[in-house]
Parts: sequence; C-alpha cells; structure tokens
Amino acid sequence: MRFVDEFRDPQLAKTLLEQLHQRAGLLPYTADKPLQIMEVCGGHTHAIFKFGLDKLLPPQLEFIHGPGCPVCVLPMGRIDACCEIAAHPEVIFCTFGDALRVPGQHGSLAQARERGADIRVVYSPLDGLRLARENPARQVVFFALGFETTQPVTAVTLQQARRERLTNFSIFCQHISLMPTLRSLLSQDDVRIDAFLAPGHVSMITGAAPYHFINQEFGKPLVISGFEPLDMLQSVLMLVKQVCEASCKTENQYRRVVPEQGNLLAQKAMREVFTLTGSSEWRGLGMIERSGISLTSAYATFDAEHRFSPQAQPVADDPRSRCGEVLTGRCKPHQCPLFGTGCTPHNAFGALMVSSEGACAAWFQYRHREAAIASLPQHKQQQKVSQDE
Amino acid sequence: MCIGIPGQIVALYEKQGDHAWAEVCGLRREVNIALVCEDEPAALVGCWVLIHVGFALSRLDEREARQTLAALHAMGEVETDVALFLRGGEER
Repeated sequence: MRFVDEFRDPQLAKTLLEQLHQRAGLLPYTADKPLQIMEVCGGHTHAIFKFGLDKLLPPQLEFIHGPGCPVCVLPMGRIDACCEIAAHPEVIFCTFGDALRVPGQHGSLAQARERGADIRVVYSPLDGLRLARENPARQVVFFALGFETTQPVTAVTLQQARRERLTNFSIFCQHISLMPTLRSLLSQDDVRIDAFLAPGHVSMITGAAPYHFINQEFGKPLVISGFEPLDMLQSVLMLVKQVCEASCKTENQYRRVVPEQGNLLAQKAMREVFTLTGSSEWRGLGMIERSGISLTSAYATFDAEHRFSPQAQPVADDPRSRCGEVLTGRCKPHQCPLFGTGCTPHNAFGALMVSSEGACAAWFQYRHREAAIASLPQHKQQQKVSQDE
Repeated sequence: MCIGIPGQIVALYEKQGDHAWAEVCGLRREVNIALVCEDEPAALVGCWVLIHVGFALSRLDEREARQTLAALHAMGEVETDVALFLRGGEER
C-alpha cells in the first residue's frame, strides 16, 4: 500500500536500529534505569507489539504505554448511561465496534444488545445519519467517542444533521481532549517519563503548537510520530538525539501527514460544535480538569443526555485491577494480579484488555504466548512452537 | 481508534457535493472531503488523503514522504561518521 510499504523497509529499519544502539550507548541510562519513552497513542502501542519494536530497542531505552486509547479510559458509569439510553424502545444506538465489549457496572453494550436493545456497530457517524433518515419514527443516537482525531468528524456530522433539520438524531458525547491528560500525568509526583512520542493522527488535527507546554513547563522532549516501524524507530532516534544534545523541543517526524498548523478546517468545525467544559472522568486516572468536551449552545439540541436524561452514576474503579498504574507506566500489564486469569480479551475486567490498542490486550496477544512457551522445559518448547505453527 | 488509512481520490460523488470516491487497496469507497477541501473539490482528484471513519482528514504530502525516505536512505553513511566522531574515533 502506498505510504505504508515504504515505511516498513527492513534494510532501513536495520540501519536505524544500528544508529539507535550506537547513540543509546552514549546516554547516561542503563538497562536497570532506562530512558523511559511514553508512546501516548494506542495505535503506537499496537504497532510496538505487532512489529516487536520494544524487543529491538537498546536496553537503555524503554517504552511506557500511555493513556491514548479512548476505549481504555472510558469510565464504567458512561457505559451504564449508554446502555440505559439504548434500552429505550424507540432508540437505535450506534457505536464504533471498539466500545461494544467495554464492561460497565451493569454489563457491556454487547450484553445490552443480547437483552434486546437495538444496538448497531457503525463504521462512521455518517452511517448514523443515514439510519436517522431511513427510520424517521425512531431516535438514532450515535456514541461519539474519541480524541481530537475523531472530534471534527462528529462536528461535521452534526453540521450536516442541522442543515437537514434532522430531529431524530443525537449524540452521546464522550469526546475527550488529550493535552489536559498529558498535563495531569506530568503533574503526578511518582511518574517518571523522560520523553514523549506524540500521536500522529491527533496531531494532524491539532498541529504541533499544543505540545509546547511539555517542553517549556516540564522540560521533556517530544516527537510527533507516524505509525509504521520506520516512522517509530526514526522518532525514537530523534528523541535520543535530543537527550544526547540536552535539547528539549517538539519535532515532527510525520511531516507527510501532519502540517505544522494542523487541519484548520477541522479546528473551525470543532470550535463551532464543541466547547471545553470543566473536568471529565477518565478510567484509571480519575477526574482531569478541563478535559471534558460538550456541545455548544447552538448544538445542544443534539445532546442525547438532554434528550434521555440517563440516571447512571459514576462508578469507582475496582481496586483489584491495576489499570491506572499500567496507564501511567507504574506497572507492566502482566504484573497485575488479574492479568490472564480474571481479565482476558474474551472476558475483560478492565478496559485496557478490551481494545486491541490497550496495553494489556496487546501484551496478551503478542507476549502471553511467548511467556507460556518460555516457562516450558527446553525440549517441550520446540514441540509447542511447531504444534502452534 | 485513531486509525488512518491512505487512499487516493479518484472521482467526485455526483449526488453529494462534499463527498468523493477514494480508492483504498483497490476498492472504491465513498468518503467525506469537507475537511480537506479548501478550494474547488475537483482539485482533489488524484490526491492521496488519510481516511479516518469515512472522512478524509489530511492531504498526504508526497514531497515530504519522499524527503523522509531519502533522509533515511542517506542516514547510513552520515550517521556512522557522526557516531564514530562522538565516541572519539575509537574504532579507527
């Protein structure tokens, strides 16, 4: 595929890794106390595990898997509210597939569907608009979930709904803003992150400027990165160079997609439709100030929560799971007592295990099998590998 | 979640002004182009865009893509020299 295959060239990856190993040797970091690089975005987390990039890094460098997966930080109470709205007999509830299996206190949307709610998985919010036009007697609610990448898409959908004067379409707004989360993360005392790989697709909307506080206020280098192996290795090398040179700035590795200013049309649409409103609850991270997004007064009539007034209450995170510590880099997925036993991709206890972009699901998919094989005696390992293949 | 897939705009969509046909992996898909269309929609035909949940969200800059790759190709030679220099030329 164009702009994909070129950035998977194994020979270039090898060159990059050689450079990375040479440079990392000059750093004042060790395998015991490595330079911690947080990849903020769940898409990056998935790519790291899929291509095994973490195993190729020099021992002085370590990836910390950040909170940039909207499904993973979705609080239980919000899922309960969605299930409540979906239970209205006139409602067709539309959601992206990722959110279907996230557990709320009273089960997931998938379970609500089994109980008879009309819940449909859509690829785009435009599918929700089409359903509203085709079903004038029903109320269509779209579960608007995501960071800055997805916000302009919801905004344009609502502008279209308004132009068409659709009265049977609304959204359940769970959009969240990434920057306040990074600020909150960096303000915590015992979180030690040395550098950031910033999400390429959030950045193509926001541009580079919103990240400057990370350099200026917190003194951390940051590189906006693409999602292919060469993109990510080059970005890590750029970070290591910044650390070597004791510089601290926002750099853009993903220039083919991310313009310096971001997408101005998207920013305009977002300003018209959304406003930042106070704090928002994040699963595993608690309340974060100025991270919640709601509709402006011009679009308030499209707010499903006004239309259906769900009664669901916030639910505290279950103390048995360590989701919050995994999200902030304080513990690795397999160090959680529930990992692989009480919490698996098929029967997830925490949201990090649901989405393929969650650190726990990625760890389970790509590392768990290896760990199981490694624990077998030598002669059985080969047997097991050939059986599986 | 924030997945983006590259596609090429191959034609405008007659029935709706802000939609176009994009070719992704050999298949034609309808996409909304409202967020990448600064002037005449016809100027987009032939362009590569990044598609997310049915919307084109960024025009891919082919010149930048070529430059990034060229820089990676050139890296081998230049970087080895720099690394040797930084280590005080111990491998000479």
